[in-house]
Amino acid sequence: MRSRLLLLFILVSLGVGAFLACQNEVGTAETGSLTLRFDNVVGNQDLALGTVTYQNAAGEPFTVTKFNYFVSNFRLIKADGTDYVLPQANNYFLIQEDKPASQSFTLTGIPGGMYTGISFLIGVDSLRSLADISQRTGVLDPGLGTHEAMYWEWNSGYIFLKLEGTSAAAPASQNNLFFYHIGGFGGGYNGKKTINNLRTVTIPFNGNTAQIAASNKPRINLIADVLNVFNGSTTLRIAQHSSVMFEDYSTNIANNYTGMIRYKDMQNQ
Amino acid sequence: MNMRMNLKRGLGGAGLVLGLMACHSTDQEAQPEQLFQQPANFPQPIYALDQNRPTVAGVALGKALFYDGILSRDGSISCAECHNQAYAFTHHQHDVSHGIDNQVGTRNALPIQNLAWASDFFWDGGVHSLDLVPIAPIENPVEMDEKTTNVISKLRASARYPSLFKAAFGSDEINGPRFLQALSQFMLTMVSGNSRYDKWVRKEPGGTLTDDEQAGLTAFRTKCSGCHTGELFTDNRFRNNGLFIQGSKDEGRAHVTELPEDRYTFKVPSLRNVEKTLPYMHDGRFYSLEAVLDHYAENVQRTENLDPLLMQTDKSGQVRLGIALTADEKRQIIAFLKTLTDDQFLRDPRFAVQ
Repeated sequence: MRSRLLLLFILVSLGVGAFLACQNEVGTAETGSLTLRFDNVVGNQDLALGTVTYQNAAGEPFTVTKFNYFVSNFRLIKADGTDYVLPQANNYFLIQEDKPASQSFTLTGIPGGMYTGISFLIGVDSLRSLADISQRTGVLDPGLGTHEAMYWEWNSGYIFLKLEGTSAAAPASQNNLFFYHIGGFGGGYNGKKTINNLRTVTIPFNGNTAQIAASNKPRINLIADVLNVFNGSTTLRIAQHSSVMFEDYSTNIANNYTGMIRYKDMQNQ
Repeated sequence: MNMRMNLKRGLGGAGLVLGLMACHSTDQEAQPEQLFQQPANFPQPIYALDQNRPTVAGVALGKALFYDGILSRDGSISCAECHNQAYAFTHHQHDVSHGIDNQVGTRNALPIQNLAWASDFFWDGGVHSLDLVPIAPIENPVEMDEKTTNVISKLRASARYPSLFKAAFGSDEINGPRFLQALSQFMLTMVSGNSRYDKWVRKEPGGTLTDDEQAGLTAFRTKCSGCHTGELFTDNRFRNNGLFIQGSKDEGRAHVTELPEDRYTFKVPSLRNVEKTLPYMHDGRFYSLEAVLDHYAENVQRTENLDPLLMQTDKSGQVRLGIALTADEKRQIIAFLKTLTDDQFLRDPRFAVQ
């Protein structure tokens, strides 16, 4: 009797152990995926690198030669206000205007349900910015420029958003170039707070519902508007600020770009 | 009953362990060796060794990279260019670093030693992890002027490196984290803890200090150890030591924090092997230890954010800048500082160019 009980304990324990250890591989509820597509625009025009002259809110003409930004830390919002937080680890994306493939990606493993909005971070959170190098692969690899220099080597940290171009308003001594490299995760210095340009955006699907199920994989189309980098709580004038990187003024630009992403439409596939 | 409960818990644990083992293939390519040794008189390391413990193959790869100009744009500059072993891995006789195309930087190359105990690297602490350090000189236009991406491409295309990466990491994949971890592994093994002072502290053979050196140590502990603390001789903090603001008017740590209270503050450097690491200060302005002590005794300037330890109020209420030092004390402190020279480290073939 005793030995049979013991055997039972062993079997049960092994089973529980194996279940705990392999939990990730056991699907309990239905999950699905969601594709996000970012369309970079300038006002009501599509963004074209280098070829088209646009005008900012200050009335300055400009062309764009580079437009890159990180998005991460996704959260899907349900109609009842509850949300699903996506695992942080594998969900860092770098949108690059010159790499169309980077402008669309799929979030997977989302519990089935009806979702009415999404929230995410423009940038790379402080935890990941300080994480061990082995946890920084793909677009986060500071030594591998699949993201060409979205990283400050002299002041360890990611550049969250990079906007570069030319403008007659930029100084001739600077070859009429302007560049905005915005980053700063707010710390890491003996508890002192430094510039924090991490910004969370929340995008409701304009009353629409994304139904996530194994059989239904919605695609959400978002718009990122370069004009909002120039205009928001601050009107950014190239003539006054043609080069902004890690400095106090950068927070104004971060505040501006918080408003750059908008919902366009969705497709159920 | 109690026994049975305990048995059950114990077996549950065993089941969990077995379950975990079933999901993870055991892959033990590189066995850690005792390549990193903590001297008995040192504190616990700051670097998370568990995440990147030096292995024989990893260190060999890191050393190969350290001495290879492939890290620079035109192949001319290796790490060793500015970090020469004989001078505790500093750029001997160069006030500021001399890099590619004969260009010069704005700061003096810091020694590479005992980096497992360091936090916030470079004079301004702009890099917060040892693993991220090599990217800075590689990408600096006046040092190696290369893109790390391109270094990775060159390593992939080389005849030499794929097999070294395979030996170190189990496969010949070459990527940024592996490249950086290998360099860290080599640098972590560069521990200097066998100076005459260390032997004296640990009561080992050869650990004798002369009367002057002991008097110097006593004066040092009273007058210098407020900043040059502990067995690493640094508190790993950033301070303004009252240098005359000149040349590039370097704002130091404020460059990376943008905080006014950090203006003109720089890393407190370790003093190990200080006899060999001349010239001194962030811009290498002093070429002798005598000049350094003269600065602290007589020339401290009251600039923005001057460290409070260099502004002492005497009994009459007068503020005295700097540190009061007699000629004898200076001589004795220098005698003591020279006992921090670790000849074994400076000549160790494990760190030497082949």
